[in-house]
Amino acid sequence: MSTLESTAVIFSDLKAAREVEEKVLCEVAACGYSEASCFAIKLAIEESLNNAIRHGNGYDSNKRVRVGCQIDPQRVCIIVADEGDGFDPASVPDPTANENLEKPHGRGIMLMQAYMDEVHFNKKGNEVRLIKRNN
Amino acid sequence: MQEQGPRLKASEQGDVMVIELTDQKILDEINITQLGEQLQAMVQQASHSKFVMDFSSVAHMSSSALGMLITLQKKIREKGGQLRLCNIQPTIHEVFVITRLNEIFNIHPSRKEAVESLA
Repeated sequence: MSTLESTAVIFSDLKAAREVEEKVLCEVAACGYSEASCFAIKLAIEESLNNAIRHGNGYDSNKRVRVGCQIDPQRVCIIVADEGDGFDPASVPDPTANENLEKPHGRGIMLMQAYMDEVHFNKKGNEVRLIKRNN
Repeated sequence: MQEQGPRLKASEQGDVMVIELTDQKILDEINITQLGEQLQAMVQQASHSKFVMDFSSVAHMSSSALGMLITLQKKIREKGGQLRLCNIQPTIHEVFVITRLNEIFNIHPSRKEAVESLA
């Protein structure tokens, strides 16, 4: 099976984000990924899109989010980029530290890192690259 | 069992209010906000102070949903009440463990055990 490549550009709209997410997940499932991998990829896309729309674009409906995907039976690579000012991922407090355990926010990046094989942010911090290998 | 909107079912077992989440996916930010508001209203209006949330139908959760649960537990504690979670599927339970939220929530394998723990 050859690599499926796609790019979607949406405005900062959660409903549009869910449609992109569903499309990507259908392609992932068609490539034979396990239920556990599909769960991980779903969780990571969800978190990255929520972050892009909420924190990156600040729910500004004029700003866009770009979602690029490369999917083949060996590896899934997803890139989510927003039009915000970016951020420093290293500045996000550890949500598993005792003092942060009862805070309602701040777990998205940590979950992406826990469930994907690789998570990379660009220098500006407005684009995340998520990689999951099919092993 | 009383329908509490599209995402919840509530019932009483003695002095415990059991809330069953009926959405398979608790991911979407809009849905989570609505769900959180529904749950907080139920807690505020209830004469109960003991609550069990049953996750048997839930197959996916996001970090926003975890945040909603943390806020809900705070509201219940402010009311002098207690919250138990039960029937969390293994994949979702792993999310609680990774985030260490299994340490701040009281989680039970079954609804029966959750209700009994409040006796």
